[in-house]
This record gives sequence, C-alpha cells and structure tokens, in this order.
Amino acid sequence: MNLGVIVFPGSNCDRDVQVALSPRQSGGEPSMIWHRENTLPALDLIVLPGGYSYGDYLRSGAMAAHSPVMRAVVEAAQAGIPILAICNGFQIAAEAGLVPGGLIANENRKFICRDVDLRVENSDSRFTSGYQNGQIVRYPIAHHDGNYYADEETLNRLEGEGQIAFRYCSADGAVTDADNPNGSSRNIAGVFNQSRNVLALMPHPERAADSRLGGCDGHALFDALLASLS
Amino acid sequence: MITAETIAAHGLTEAEFTRAKALIGREPNLVELGILAALWSEHCSYKSSKRWLGELPTTAPWVVHGPGENAGIVDIGDGQVAVFKMESHNHPSFIEPTQGAATGVGGILRDVFTMGARPVATLNALWFGNPQHEKTQHLVAGVVNGIGGYGNCVGVPTVGGACSFDDAYNGNILVNAMAVGVADKDRVFYAKASGPGNPVVYVGAKTGRDGIHGATMASAEFDEGIDARRPTVQVGDPFTEKLLIEACLELMATDAVVAIQDMGAAGLTSSASEMAAKGGVGIDLDLDRIPLREDAMNAYEIMLSESQERMLMVLRPEKSNVARAIFEKWELDFSVIGKITDRQRLSVRRDGALAADMAIAPLVENAPVYDRNWASVPPLCKLAPPPPPEDVNRCLLQLMGGPDLCSKRWIWQQYDSMVMADTVQGPGGDAAVVRVHGSNKGLALTTDCTPRYCSADPETGGAQAVAEAFRNLVAVGARPLAITDCLNFGNPERPEVMGQFVGCIRGMVRACQALDLPVVSGNVSFYNETNGRAIHPTPMIGAVGVIADLDHMKTLAIKGDGDVLLLIGETHGNLGASLYAREIAHAESAAPPPIDLAMERRVGDLVHQLIDRDLINACHDVSDGGLYVALAEMALAGNLGVTLDVPSAPATHVWLFAEDQARFIVATTASSARDVLATASDFNIPAQEIGRAGGDALTVSGARPISLTMLRQAHEAWLPRYMDEG
Repeated sequence: MNLGVIVFPGSNCDRDVQVALSPRQSGGEPSMIWHRENTLPALDLIVLPGGYSYGDYLRSGAMAAHSPVMRAVVEAAQAGIPILAICNGFQIAAEAGLVPGGLIANENRKFICRDVDLRVENSDSRFTSGYQNGQIVRYPIAHHDGNYYADEETLNRLEGEGQIAFRYCSADGAVTDADNPNGSSRNIAGVFNQSRNVLALMPHPERAADSRLGGCDGHALFDALLASLS
Repeated sequence: MITAETIAAHGLTEAEFTRAKALIGREPNLVELGILAALWSEHCSYKSSKRWLGELPTTAPWVVHGPGENAGIVDIGDGQVAVFKMESHNHPSFIEPTQGAATGVGGILRDVFTMGARPVATLNALWFGNPQHEKTQHLVAGVVNGIGGYGNCVGVPTVGGACSFDDAYNGNILVNAMAVGVADKDRVFYAKASGPGNPVVYVGAKTGRDGIHGATMASAEFDEGIDARRPTVQVGDPFTEKLLIEACLELMATDAVVAIQDMGAAGLTSSASEMAAKGGVGIDLDLDRIPLREDAMNAYEIMLSESQERMLMVLRPEKSNVARAIFEKWELDFSVIGKITDRQRLSVRRDGALAADMAIAPLVENAPVYDRNWASVPPLCKLAPPPPPEDVNRCLLQLMGGPDLCSKRWIWQQYDSMVMADTVQGPGGDAAVVRVHGSNKGLALTTDCTPRYCSADPETGGAQAVAEAFRNLVAVGARPLAITDCLNFGNPERPEVMGQFVGCIRGMVRACQALDLPVVSGNVSFYNETNGRAIHPTPMIGAVGVIADLDHMKTLAIKGDGDVLLLIGETHGNLGASLYAREIAHAESAAPPPIDLAMERRVGDLVHQLIDRDLINACHDVSDGGLYVALAEMALAGNLGVTLDVPSAPATHVWLFAEDQARFIVATTASSARDVLATASDFNIPAQEIGRAGGDALTVSGARPISLTMLRQAHEAWLPRYMDEG
C-alpha cells in the first residue's frame, strides 16, 4: 500500500499523521512528498496534514493551494483516490476546491487547543465506516481559523447528500451552540466531497490515536480507511 | 571623534571606554564603538553577575555541557541528550507585548536547534502587575497572543509554565521562555569557529533595522520615556523560523557544519565575535553580501540589527554547495559573507571599505567584571499565627478563585500543547511530560519561583525555587537531572538589589548541591525597574528530569473512590509569606517557611521509591496556598471529592494553609496505604493519613462541605472574566 503525506513549507503535523498511520499498515511508513513536486507517484491515499503552511499568511491554506503539487492532488481526487485533509489540510482543501465551503477565524478570534466531542453524521464512507451513525467520538482541536462557513444553499445540499461527516456536539450528542467551539455553520467539524473520497476535518484524529496521549477514538478512522484500501 | 555623549548613549562608562581604547590600541570609530558597547553590555557580558554565577554548581556525571554555549546539555540515556535553556524577554515584552513575547520564544528555540537538537517543548513563566493596574490586561493579552502565535505556527508544543500577578511587576513584567530539545549525543553542534579559509555563511531571514540596540536596552532601567523605545523591539516571523529549524536540522545530518551560532542579542556582532573568540580565530565579514530588507543600511546598523530568524555558520568549503541546496529548497536566504582567518581579528567591510577592524578575543575576554557593592536584606520575624477565619471554605474559594491560584486555562488553551504528538502530560499538572519520540521514556519539565519568598528572604527564596522545581519533577515520577535559570532582578548598581541577587544565588547554590541539580544554562536580566522601583527578586528555575518508563508516570488526579490520601513530610504550621497571610490575614511581611534541604532530598527519594514500587496512584507537591489548596487541585483534577480528618494541632486554618516545605500529598488504594506508611517510616519521614476520596465535595470536619462544582466554578471563572469581560 502506498500512502503519501504532502509536506508544505510550514506543515507541522506531517510527522504526527505519518506516525499514526505507520503501525496500522504493513507497507512501512507513508512517504513524505514535498509540495514542489509536479507529479505524484501511484498512491492509495493522500494526506494533507495540519500546520501553518506559508505561516497562514494572506489567508489560511490560500498559498499552499497554489503549490505545484496541488494540481496533481486535485486530479487524484477527481480520479477517486482517497484524500484525508486535517486542520490546515482542510483549509488547503477548501481553498483548492476539493470540498465546498471555507474556514474563517474562530468566533472568539483566539486559537483554541482542547478536546471536543464530535457526532458522526455519516458512517457510509471509507473514513467513517468504523463508527456508527450518531456515535460520539472525542478528538482534539488546535486551530485559529476553524470556523466553517458556507452559504445556506450549500449547507442544505451538504446535509441532503450526506456530505457532513462530523458535527461538534455535547458529551451526550446534542448539537447546540454551547458545544460549537468556533462558530462553525451548523456545528460542522468535517465534510466530504460529493463522492466521499475526500474527507476534510478540523479536529485531529492523529492526536487521538495513542492511549498515552489521552484517547484512541481516532483508531477506528485510520483502521477503516486502511482496510478500505487493501 | 567619539564624544562623551556618544559613549554614554552606548551605555558605557568613561572608565570602560578608556579600558577599551587601551585594548584596541587606539580610539575606536563609531562602528567599533557600537560593537564594543554591545559586547560589553550587561546583557551580553554578565559583568555584574559573573562574579557570583561562578559559585553555582555546573557539573555532574550526566552533564555533557554546562553554561557557556547556546544551551545546556544533559545525557538522558540511550545515546541521546536533552538540550535546554530559559531566557528572559522582559524589556521588549513590556514595550510591545506581542512581538516581545513572540521573539522571546523564537530566540530560545534557536538556542536549542543551533546545537543540533530538535525542539520538543517550550514553557513560559510570566509575571504581570496587579490585575487592576491600567496596563496589565493589555499586557496579558499581548504576551499570550505573542507566545501562542509563534509557538503554534512553528509547531513546537507549549506544554507548561506559570503565570501570576503582583504589584511589584506593574512597571516591569517578566516573560521568561524555556525551550527543550532532543539530539543524538554524538551529533551536537557548537559555536567554536575553526579552520582559516572556511566560509562564514549567513542563513535565514533578511536583515532590517529592527532591534538595533536591543541588548543595550535590556541593560537599562525604564522611565516615563519607554514608549519611545518601541522601535528597538524586534519583529518575529515564526514561519521563517519553522523553515530554519527544518533546514538547519537537514543540514546538520550532513557533515558540512564546522560551527553554528544564532544571531540573538546584538545580532551579527555577538554571533561573529563569540564564534571567533571561542575558536581563537579571526573573521573577515563583507557586509555588502548580507541579505538586506531595507535600503541604505550602514555598517553600524547591519552589525547591531537584531532582526530575527538568522543564523551564522562556518562550513567545510567543499560542502558549501550541499548547504546552499538545502537552504534554497526551504526558500531561505543563504549567503557566504566572509571567511575564517588566523589573524584573530574581527574585520568588517562595507561598500568596499574597511568599517571596523579589532582584535576580538581581548575584548571578549577582558570585558569588565564588577564586584558590585551589596547589602544583605535584613531578616524578617516569624509570623505570629493569625486568628482563625470564620469559614475555611470561604478562604479556599477566595484563594482558588483569585489571580495567583486560579486556573490558567484561558492562557494555555490558546497554545498548541499537543503538536508533535508526544505530550503525555500537558499544562495544569506539577510538571509537563513529553515522550522522547519513538521511545517509552519521558522528559519532565517545570518552571518555578516564589518571588514573595525571595523578597522576604532571598537566600531561602533562592533555595525554595530550586527545591520546588525538584519536587515538581519528583511528583510526576521523574529523576531530576539539571536546571536552567533566568535571574530577574532590578538595578545591580543599587546595593540592596545586588544583596537580593547574592542572597538568591547563595540559596540556589545550597539547593543545587543538596539536590544534585547542576545549573547547565541560564540568563541574567537586570534593570527590571521603573523610576527606582525594582521587581521582586525572581530567580526563575526551569528544570528537566527523565522518566525512564512512562508506565511509572504520575499525575495529581485522584483516581478511585475510597482511595486514601496521605501527607508526606513535616507540618510546622508556618504561615509566614504565605498566600493565606497576604490574601486572607493581610498580615505584615514575615519570614517565609524555612527550607531543610536534607529533608527535601529525603522526601524526594521516598516519593521516588513509592512511585517506582507502584505504591501510589496520584501525587502532588504542597506549595502555594498549602495543603488545602493542594488537595483541592487533586480533587478537581480527578473529579472526586475528599473527606479530610483534621488533626487536633495545629489550629485547623494553620494546618490547612501553612506553606511548610518538603511536603507531598499522595493517594493510594486502601490496601497499599500501610505499605506507604511503613516505607516512610523506613526513610524516617513523617507520614499520616489525612483523608479519603469519595463523593463530590471537599469536607473538613467541623465545616460545611464545599461542592467540587462550586470550587471548579470559582477556580475557572477569574481569568476569563478578567480578560474577556473586564
């Protein structure tokens, strides 16, 4: 199995997701792919990792979305290759048009680093099939610009077509304003593209994949994803 | 011609200038004066502190390199070392809090990766003025924004630290940043230049006019005119720093680097001079090759700019192209700006002409050293026990819900404490713990100092700061290895300030010896005073320990219903200089609790053994606020109540709030409690059962229970309310 993590200047969760994926697949470590590459090797999974690509200057993800490698990533997405975009990866994916909507500054205008509860909204994907619909999982968030925004028509379409993957919720699964850490439209924490081979989410499953670090709810995501590839 | 005004404007005395002239053999020109003044500034030369710093113990079998390099190095086993240092960025942070704090983080990170270590954690110790002071809220917001903005972007977790408030810091806040890195023991890099003919290479960001005279600013006290000093504050770019980390570490994996030094205080002047002096060689620099951000910068400005995210390296000539390719890949400036010579002179050219040319080693080696006059701080009396309060629980709420002890979540939630996916214990505990990547080992990290003790009795306070750091490492199950210090004081030219400094150092010396904690790196920040009013003496201690097996790590959270809580160590009932005395009893200044270092050591060894033998499941040291506060913190962390058995003596409020040292509270299962008591008795250390875990309230015999919900509400509410609604 060939897994690739794209490294942009300023990516800083690239190693973390590589570590989370490594012991869970037989083929060794995912390869790190520098953003200046114009072509991609044959890959079974592409990860757009978290971090501060280009220092979040101009607008989070905006400059990385124009990196040379992104043309090949968009083509891969269109060809159905699974793409997992986490945090800054989500911002890049949105800027590159891989998923609808965009990410703006958190409602409180501050960086927020803490665990959040998420409700699985659609388990019918290669990323979420290890969960039940409505299951509550706990991942950390760590972002300044995680406030998901899309117009009403887009939001309705996302809901209608099962493209919402995760929503911020309370410990017992209620989706309320009080449990929305950053002001995201309709508490959206993660979305799919239309064919659900792209998952883009602000919370960090790779930080919830090690019992030493406080939680393992991310295991089911990585396990299901890798199983779907083999 | 250099005038007396010019000399004074550079912070030099007439006598120092005369001394410099004799060493140079002629009168320096303006560029040379600028270089000289930076090298001889308090900040770079330690001229007032050197005489005393020499008394600190700096060696141990596990110390690989002590003070004198960019950071200290200790062996952590398995062929690896921890590289760490703490540094102050007080003066710039007061003037421009966001950039001042941000560049403090950037600078300390560079000290660590300059040595070949990947930074794995930062901590920061912050002291602000009274919350009601007009500047405090703005300074807190700015500093937190600066630390978070830099650390989050650069991708090194901010795992711990401290933050508190006191009138003494109204005019001078403290921003002390600590960075810790890990390297292979045989891949450590030093700043010692060598090899005449080897290229001297500039990498990183471009040079601008920011920060000129930063080192001399940090070597003077403040007055009303400080706002005019804003242009001397540097501006940070964490994105460039991240690229610089990756590029430097990639380069260091090759064998291209002979020597490397970051451009910190006094920029190119200090880095070039130190590298040359350490190696006993000379350096020729051609400033026309420096990548500049601004037009028409002259030699003086280029040599003294403190633009951030820059490094100076000496490379093997045949590997220069390998290095260039790496820096071009990371889109960083790379320029050969000179070469090493055997002339032992710093020789600088600008616009093709010689701009400065001085023998450098004599200037560095013969920097003035002062044995400043000092006056001992007169001892204070022991505090007479204050009368009992009406309600001990109201006292607890007041302390836990006040600026000193309230939860600092509002701050640390704005820091990415988890990036790198090795943070095993984040902010909020006794010490932070980061796993050594790819292993089952952990590094325990803490910063500690109790300035009100240092103010009341500098020697006791200096010793206590080291002892508390030691306890915090022990509490999480670590073996304490070494410390870095950040010594924050007022104007050393005043004997009473110098007396505080001498006292604190003497206390630290005793504690470091008794607890086997050598000082491996550090920084002195003098002139933290405004209009003649100095801060509290604040010898901040950053400490590092190692946990050999993370299965033996402990937290302070109470784990199980029915668990037994035991107090380890002796309670004398000393309320002097305690938070209770200040906040509740409003008592006069009094002597702080005495420190028994032999006892600290024995208690630490006992707790270490209890953890090693798996006899306890939670552990917390007793410090600020005393036993009741420590218990409340354990109960909140575990979300489990405690019923306390209060002894008949001393008086309940004294027992609950005394800040006697060398004490821990440990929790254990009912079946192990006897083993804990027996082990304590083997160590000849008092230990007693003080309560049982259970329910959802703290209950002291004779008082109404206080619910954890109410306690948590008080503990969490103060800082967000102050910052967001104040």
